[in-house]
Amino acid sequence: MSQATAEATLPFEEALAAYDPVLGLEVHVELGTNTKMFCGCATAFGAEPNSQVCPVCLGLPGALPVVNEKGVESAIRIGLALNCEIASWCRFARKNYFYPDMPKNFQTSQYDEPIAFNGHLDVELADGSTYRVEIERAHMEEDTGKSLHVGGSTGRIHGATHSLVDYNRAGIPLIEIVTKPMTGAGERAPEIAKAYVATLRDLLKALGVSDVKMEQGSMRCDVNLSLMPKDSTTFGIRSETKNVNSLRSVERAVRYEIGRHAAILSSGGKVTQETRHWHEDTGITTAGREKSDAEDYRYFPEPDLVPVAPSAETVEALRATLPEPPAARRKRLQSAWGYSDLEMRDVVNAALVDLIDETVTAGASPAGARKWWSGEIARRANDAGSDVPTYAASLAVTPAHVVELESLVTGGRLNDAMARQVWDGVLAGEGTPTAVADARGLELVQDTGALQAAVDKVIAANPDVAQKVRDGKVQAAGALIGQVMKEMKGQADAAAARQLILDSLTN
Amino acid sequence: MRMSELTRADVAHLAGLARIELSDDELDKMVGELGIILESVATVQNAPIDDVAPMSHPMPLVNVTRPDEVRPSLSPEAALSGAPEQDQQRFSVPRILDED
Amino acid sequence: MTNELITASAADLAARLAAREISSAELTQACLDRTAAVDGVVHSYLHVDAEGALAAARAIDERRAARESLPTLAGVPIAVKDVMTTKGLPTTCGSKILEGWIPPYDSTVVTRLKAAGMPILGKTNLDEFAMGSSTEHSAYGPSRNPWDLDRIPGGSGGGSSSVIASFQAPLATGTDTGGSIRQPAAVTGTVGTKPTYGGVSRYGLVALASSLDQAGPCARTVLDTALLHEVMAGHDPMDSTSIDAPVPAVVEAARRADVSGMKIGIIRELTGDGFQAGVQQRFDESVQHLVDAGAEVVEVSCPSFTYALAAYYLILPSEASSNLAKFDAMRYGLRVAPHGIDDPSAEQVMAATRDAGFGDEVKRRIILGTYALSSGYYDAYYGSAQKVRRLIADDFTRAFEAADVLVSPTAPTTAFAFGDKIDDPMAMYLNDIATIPANLAGVPGMSLPSGLAPEDGLPVGFQILAPAMQDQRLYAVGAALEARLLSAWGAPLLHSAPDLTAAGKGA
Ligand SMILES: [Mg+2]
Ligand SMILES: [Zn+2]
Repeated sequence: MSQATAEATLPFEEALAAYDPVLGLEVHVELGTNTKMFCGCATAFGAEPNSQVCPVCLGLPGALPVVNEKGVESAIRIGLALNCEIASWCRFARKNYFYPDMPKNFQTSQYDEPIAFNGHLDVELADGSTYRVEIERAHMEEDTGKSLHVGGSTGRIHGATHSLVDYNRAGIPLIEIVTKPMTGAGERAPEIAKAYVATLRDLLKALGVSDVKMEQGSMRCDVNLSLMPKDSTTFGIRSETKNVNSLRSVERAVRYEIGRHAAILSSGGKVTQETRHWHEDTGITTAGREKSDAEDYRYFPEPDLVPVAPSAETVEALRATLPEPPAARRKRLQSAWGYSDLEMRDVVNAALVDLIDETVTAGASPAGARKWWSGEIARRANDAGSDVPTYAASLAVTPAHVVELESLVTGGRLNDAMARQVWDGVLAGEGTPTAVADARGLELVQDTGALQAAVDKVIAANPDVAQKVRDGKVQAAGALIGQVMKEMKGQADAAAARQLILDSLTN
Repeated sequence: MRMSELTRADVAHLAGLARIELSDDELDKMVGELGIILESVATVQNAPIDDVAPMSHPMPLVNVTRPDEVRPSLSPEAALSGAPEQDQQRFSVPRILDED
Repeated sequence: MTNELITASAADLAARLAAREISSAELTQACLDRTAAVDGVVHSYLHVDAEGALAAARAIDERRAARESLPTLAGVPIAVKDVMTTKGLPTTCGSKILEGWIPPYDSTVVTRLKAAGMPILGKTNLDEFAMGSSTEHSAYGPSRNPWDLDRIPGGSGGGSSSVIASFQAPLATGTDTGGSIRQPAAVTGTVGTKPTYGGVSRYGLVALASSLDQAGPCARTVLDTALLHEVMAGHDPMDSTSIDAPVPAVVEAARRADVSGMKIGIIRELTGDGFQAGVQQRFDESVQHLVDAGAEVVEVSCPSFTYALAAYYLILPSEASSNLAKFDAMRYGLRVAPHGIDDPSAEQVMAATRDAGFGDEVKRRIILGTYALSSGYYDAYYGSAQKVRRLIADDFTRAFEAADVLVSPTAPTTAFAFGDKIDDPMAMYLNDIATIPANLAGVPGMSLPSGLAPEDGLPVGFQILAPAMQDQRLYAVGAALEARLLSAWGAPLLHSAPDLTAAGKGA
C-alpha cells in the first residue's frame, strides 16, 4: 500500500492551549537470556531461519512450556529497579487470538496477576527538573515469530501475496512495562515520553537484562495518547501507536498524535479507538485495526504452567544484585570528576559515562579522559554512524591507551600537539601510544642548548617583536614561541620555549 | 442469565472468534445444541460457591522452572517437515490481512 | 484362539521372555497376525507399524541373547493411543486436521516405552482429540466392542480398550480427561488406570484439557496395569505439572493384593438412581467381595459431585478451545482453501480449514469454550466452574478422611449401541458422571471388570478412587477384588467374549 496521506493536525501550541494530553507508554523488552522463555532454544540474533525452534516454540501438538528461571529473575530485578511491589504469588495467562506468526494462537503472558506492579521511575528533563512516571505493571510474556511479506511493495504487509514465517524469535522472553496514564505533562509530554524511554533503556542496560537495541527490536515502544479539554478530568478516547522504535520517534509520535487528536476534537469530531502505525520516514501515524468487541482475548490462567511464588528471601537476594541506579551513578560520578552540568550532559548524551569511568579508574585524569574520548574519536565515530564505545571497540582502542597517552604528556615526553598526533596513530591502528610515538619519532627535545640556539635565532630574526617584549608587552612573546616551535619541528616544550624567550629579553 | 438466550448471531460471532467458518446449516444446528448444553452447564451458578477460591490447577505446585541452558533445537528440515507449504526455509502462509 | 501367546498376561509374557522361552519377535508377530485376522471388524488401529514393531522386537531379542539386563516388560509389545506423538509414525488424534502428520519428536510416554524395550505395534483409534465416550467421533470411523460389534468400545480410548479386549495387544496406553481410560475399560471388560494428575508426563500428549488430561495404562489384569503404570510414570522436567516424587509402589501393591483393615467408602451420590440394575448389582457384589477380603465399608457423601458434570463441561471446552487454536493450517496438518474466494487470506484459510478439518463435536466444544471464556461471561461460567472444582476437591478431601479409597460403578450403563446417543450430546456427556470428579480433583482412579450385567451379558466396570499420590491403593484394592472375582468366575471374564474370527468371516 502506498503511504496514506497525513490527516489534519493542529499546531502543537494551539492544541495544548485547548487540551491536556494524557500519555501512556507500553514498552516491550526482549531479555538477553541464553534460551527462550518456555523452552531451551537459543536466542541468538540473526540465526538462519527456523534453526532455533523446537516442538515447544513451534507450538507443535503435545509440546509443553517450562519457565526459564533466569526470565523470572530478570523480571523481578526489573520490577525492583522500577520500585515495584513484587507479587508473592502470580500466574501466567493465555491471551487468545489468531495470528500466523504466533505458533499456538495464544500468547503466554500475564493478565491480572503481573509479577511486578505499582512502581515509579524518575525522569530528568532538559531543564533539570524531574518528572515521576508511575509504573502500573511489568509482566512476563513471549515474543512472536517474524514474517517476511512477499509480493506487493517490498516487505509491506499490504498488497503482499503471501508471507514467509521464521519462528526463531517466537518464545523469546519479553517483559512488558506499562505506565499509568501520565497527566499534567502539558507541552512537556513529548519530551517526557522520550526521556522516560531513554531512562528506562539506561536502567535496563545497567541491570544487564537486555541489550535494549531499539533498532534491532529488542526494545519496542507503544504510545497511548488521548486528550482531554482543559479543566476536564475525564480521559478522552485514546489511540495506540505501535512500534515507535527510536527515541526521536517517541517524541515525534507523541507530538503528532497530540496535533491529530486536537484537530479531530476541535472540529467537533470523535477520536476513534484504534491501533495506529508509526511511519518513521514521513513522521505520521496511520490507522490500523479498529478496536472493537471482536477484540476479546479470552484470558485465562495458563494450565500448563504452575504459579510463580517468589519467596521474600528470593526477592531480597535479587534486590541485592541491583546496580546503582543510572541517575544516582551519574550524580556521583559528576561530582567525583568535577564536570560542569553541561560537560556531564554532553558525556551522557555521547554514551561516554562507562568509558570515562573505566578510563579514570585505570588512572587517567577525569579531564583527560573526557578530552580524549570526546575529541577526534567522537568525530570519527559520528562519521561512521556509531557511538564512541562501539567505534572504540571496533578499533580495539581501550581506556589503557588513554592512560598511557596521558602519562606520556605528564611525563614530559610529549606536548599536547604531539599527543594529538600520537592519538591519531593509535586510532589508525599503529599500536600503543608509546609505539606510535617511537615509530613517528615524536619526543620533546630536552636539550636546552638546541632550544636556546633556536630562541637566539628567532630573536635575531625578529628585532621588532623582541623589542616589544623588552618594552613589557609580554603577550607578544606568543609570536616568537610559534616560530621557535616551528624551528624545533614541533618537538619542543612550548612552556620551556616561552621561559627561555622571556629570560633572554627581560634580563 | 439463561444461556439458552444464545442467538444465531452470537454463535456466528463465537465461530468467528474461534476461526471456524460455519455453514448456515451448521450454524442452525449449533444454536439449538449449544442452547441445551449451556442451560445444563449454567447450573454451576447454583452451587454454593460464594467465598470459594477458584481452582485452576489440580496440584498445588509452584515455582517449577528450568535453568537458562541451551538445549538442541530441531533441525530446520524437521521443523518444516509438516509445513503445508514452505519457501526459503520458512513457513509459507497466505497473505495476512493486517498487522496486529 | 489360534495362538495362546495373545491371550497371556503381560506379566506372564515378560517372565517367559526373560526365561527365553519365547522371543519378542515371535510374540510381536503373533499380535500382528491377530490384528490381521480381527482388526478388519474391530477397527482398533488407525495405523499399524508391523515393520517398526518387529525391528524393535528383534533388537530386544538380540540384547537379551547378549545377556544384557533388561527392564521387566522388555519385549512385550504395546499399542499407543493416537493422541501421543511418535517420531516417524503418523499421529492424527482421530482428526482430519492432522491426517498424515508425522511428528518430529516422541512424547515422553513413548520415549519411556522405547527405553523399556517395548515394541510399538501401532496407533489406536479415539474420538477426535479425545472428545467423546464412544469413538463415534473419530474422523476415521468407530472402533467396535469385541463383546458386541454393534456396541461402542467406550471413549475416547475405544481403540486402546478394544485392542486389548480383542487380544491384538497385551497392553495399550490411554489418556483420561473425564474417563477416557476408565469408561472404555468398563465397557470392554478390561482394566485401566488414570494416575494422579502429574504422575505421568503430558509432554507429547496432544492436549485436550491441560488441567484434566492424564495418561495411564490399559491392560487385561490389575498386575499388568501396574507394570505398565510403572513404566509410564515418573517425573519429567519437560512437563511443569509433573510431580517430582517417586512413583507410588503400584506393582508391589498389586502383588500383595491386601485390603485387610482398609476402609472402603461408597460414594452416596454415585450409586442407585441413574445406574443400570445389572451395573448396580455387580457393584454391590464386588463391595461384598472386598468385605470378605477384610475391608470395612463406610458410606461417604460428596454433595458437590452433583455439579461436577456442569463444571467439567465448562472447564474442558474452555481449555480445549485454546489448546486447539494451534490447528490453523499454517505450520502442519491440513490446509484447505475456502470455496469461491480467489486469493484467500490467512484468516480465511484458517477458518475454512478448521471448518473442514474438525468434526461436529470438536466444533461444538470449541465454540462452547470460546463462549465460556469470553469477556462478560468468564466469571459466570468459567469462573464459577473453577469454584465448583474447588468444592469437589474439598469433598474428596473430606471423604478421604473417612475412607482409604472410594468406590462406585465406573459408568452408569454397560456398552450402548452405536448411534444411541450420537445426536444427543447431553446424554453422551452423562456417561462420564462417575469418572469426571477424579479428573477435576486430580486424584487417581481405576476401573476393573466386576462381571457381566445379567440383563445384557455385557461387562460392568468397578471404579476405585484414591487420594492424590496414593495410586498404590488402587492396585491393592483392584488386585484383591480381581483375585476373588477370578476364583468366582473360574476364568478371566474376557474368555467368555465372542470369537471374533468367526465374526470376521461374516463381516
Ligand atoms: Mg503484551
Ligand atoms: Zn524452542
